[in-house]
Amino acid sequence: MINEEDIAREKKRWEKETLSRRPYKENAKALLTGVDVDVDVLYTPDDIKDIDYNKDIGFPGEYPFTRGVYPSMYRGRLWTMRQYAGFDTPEESNKRYKYLIEQGNMGLSVAFDLPTQMGYDSDNEDIEEEVGRVGVAISTLKDMEVLFDGIPLDKVTTSFTINGIAAIILAMYVAIGDRSGIPREKIGGTIQNDILKEYAARGTYLYPPKPSLRLVTDAIEYCMNEVPRFNPISISGGHYRSGGASLIQEASFTLSNAIAYVESVLERGIDIDRFAPRLSFLFVNHCNLFEEVAKYRAARRIWARIMKERFKAKDQKSMMFRVYSAGCGDVLTHAEPENNIIRLTLMTLAGVLGGVQSYFTPAYDEAYEIPTEKTALLGLRTQQIIAYESGVTNTVDPLGGSYYIEHLTNRIEDEITKYMKHLEEKGNMVDLVEQGYIQSEMARIAFEKTKKKMSGEEVVVGVNKFESSGKKEKIQIHQPDLEVLEKRRNDVKQVKQDRDNEKVQQCLKDLKSAAEGTENLMPYLLETVKAYGSVEEIVTTLKQVFGEFQEPSF
Amino acid sequence: MGKQSIRVLLAKPGLDGHDRGAKFLARALRDAGMEVIYTGLHQKIPQIVVSALQEDVDVVGLSILSGSYLRLTEKFFAECKKRGLSDPLVLVGGTIAEDDYPKLKEMGVDGIFGVETDIDDIIKFIREHVQLER
Repeated sequence: MINEEDIAREKKRWEKETLSRRPYKENAKALLTGVDVDVDVLYTPDDIKDIDYNKDIGFPGEYPFTRGVYPSMYRGRLWTMRQYAGFDTPEESNKRYKYLIEQGNMGLSVAFDLPTQMGYDSDNEDIEEEVGRVGVAISTLKDMEVLFDGIPLDKVTTSFTINGIAAIILAMYVAIGDRSGIPREKIGGTIQNDILKEYAARGTYLYPPKPSLRLVTDAIEYCMNEVPRFNPISISGGHYRSGGASLIQEASFTLSNAIAYVESVLERGIDIDRFAPRLSFLFVNHCNLFEEVAKYRAARRIWARIMKERFKAKDQKSMMFRVYSAGCGDVLTHAEPENNIIRLTLMTLAGVLGGVQSYFTPAYDEAYEIPTEKTALLGLRTQQIIAYESGVTNTVDPLGGSYYIEHLTNRIEDEITKYMKHLEEKGNMVDLVEQGYIQSEMARIAFEKTKKKMSGEEVVVGVNKFESSGKKEKIQIHQPDLEVLEKRRNDVKQVKQDRDNEKVQQCLKDLKSAAEGTENLMPYLLETVKAYGSVEEIVTTLKQVFGEFQEPSF
Repeated sequence: MGKQSIRVLLAKPGLDGHDRGAKFLARALRDAGMEVIYTGLHQKIPQIVVSALQEDVDVVGLSILSGSYLRLTEKFFAECKKRGLSDPLVLVGGTIAEDDYPKLKEMGVDGIFGVETDIDDIIKFIREHVQLER
């Protein structure tokens, strides 16, 4: 039997008699959290004496899911190793997808170019320099038909990294499914569709927050009724983190946004357990293994309690914090890029020990060039070595029960809860992004963090400490192919010429009047995309009703 | 000239949403005693040039992380010519390939600052060059 009082007394004695004989760094801080969390030199059972194991930690696959959302975790099934890439035209991407499917890959991932994400067609001359640069360009349903030509939508699942126009992309995916005669209940996939984070990080917002939230909610409601296997939102904290937010902010903003989305759906009179099981999350990792692991454990516990206690969910699935995770690009350095391989390994390990559902390891050369096939493969290999050689998958939540991890999980949970409460007192997340509060909170921490890196207070090996005089790798930028641009322009113009333009105009008119009311806009979007109305035409129409967002001054 | 401090316009042309660097620089330059106007995301080139004229700035900084810096910078100088903006110090920052530095300089860019640039280098560069021109 452990007697905590004895241990506390013994620890004091140990500090005096033994620890004091050796000098040590007195004030280690958990720097990466962005809040000053003191780290003790040693943890003992005394630090976790207030934990009620059954209530606070419990068993995997059961409330409050601290140890994991599934009972056997990776013993049952490994996490999904999902790699993310974009190619400039629908034709090129289609070829790549077919190759991946031949290799047995049934999870596709689509990255879009910036014009598509921002609601511009490829034939708009104002944005010509960006067409096809960071992903595939999609302007009309025709492009989507080419992208998924010959791909069985009932057998693959597709993850779309899309936000501002997420509802339009969802409509297009449903449309190609309808046209190939696949029942809607067999179509599976994910749209990111998390607009609230776009205002403070990533930046692909189109309208002000309120009407944007309505579109997000429309997609959630529509999926629930029409395409039940589709994940209508991936609530993302990773972009805040990559933009310089702290670990506490990443989790707090994300969970607070999740609450805003849930409330928005509930306002329509929909039962929590009808849509909550389809909500999923996205976080990224830094190299501080224990903090990251504790973050996932804390987030699972907080989300489970919010869903059960605040929203009165009854279905266990509604309480599960399912998370897609990735290495954070912010941590990667341009100097001595091979060091990134080690960083990415630590970050991947953090995700796996944290019990995530899918993981993306970026390529180590991402900071200065478009990853080659070799460096992209290395990302996948990192995951495979951890999965098959390290043994960390053999037992569920192997760090659970560590005095430090349990203490840190509690501590991070407290900090997140405190910060969420602070945000809630300030207002709801929609108002807070409208006023620029979240943006300035994030910029404040990002500024401090960057300063710490520049001063060397936060160590970056090879950059601000142990610098080598070796020369840097050259930054290489993929220059757009003028032929690609020309082809895109012609293709889009051709579609706009060949379609029934009267019908498109009618669809846009109907969409506009529906937008002026309160109806769910998904059926109108579906009709418009089926008539080959373009992304830009739809966005322009909706901007007429919703307006545009003016970023608060900084 | 009656001006108390160096005036800087920091702009985000194009469609990329990476504003961490621009926001950091805005703060750091303010801390260094400069007046900074930050345009916000997704600015069209003509808007940027008009702001530079209206605000009578000494420095224009273009922050571009989408890789489209050549075309956007070219458009910027064409617009400057059209609207008669000739004197500011022009800086470009972001992910820029070293091989393209000569091309940018040829267009008229005064300073290029890539990723992992020391902030003090930028401050020093601005102070030296703006004072020289006054």
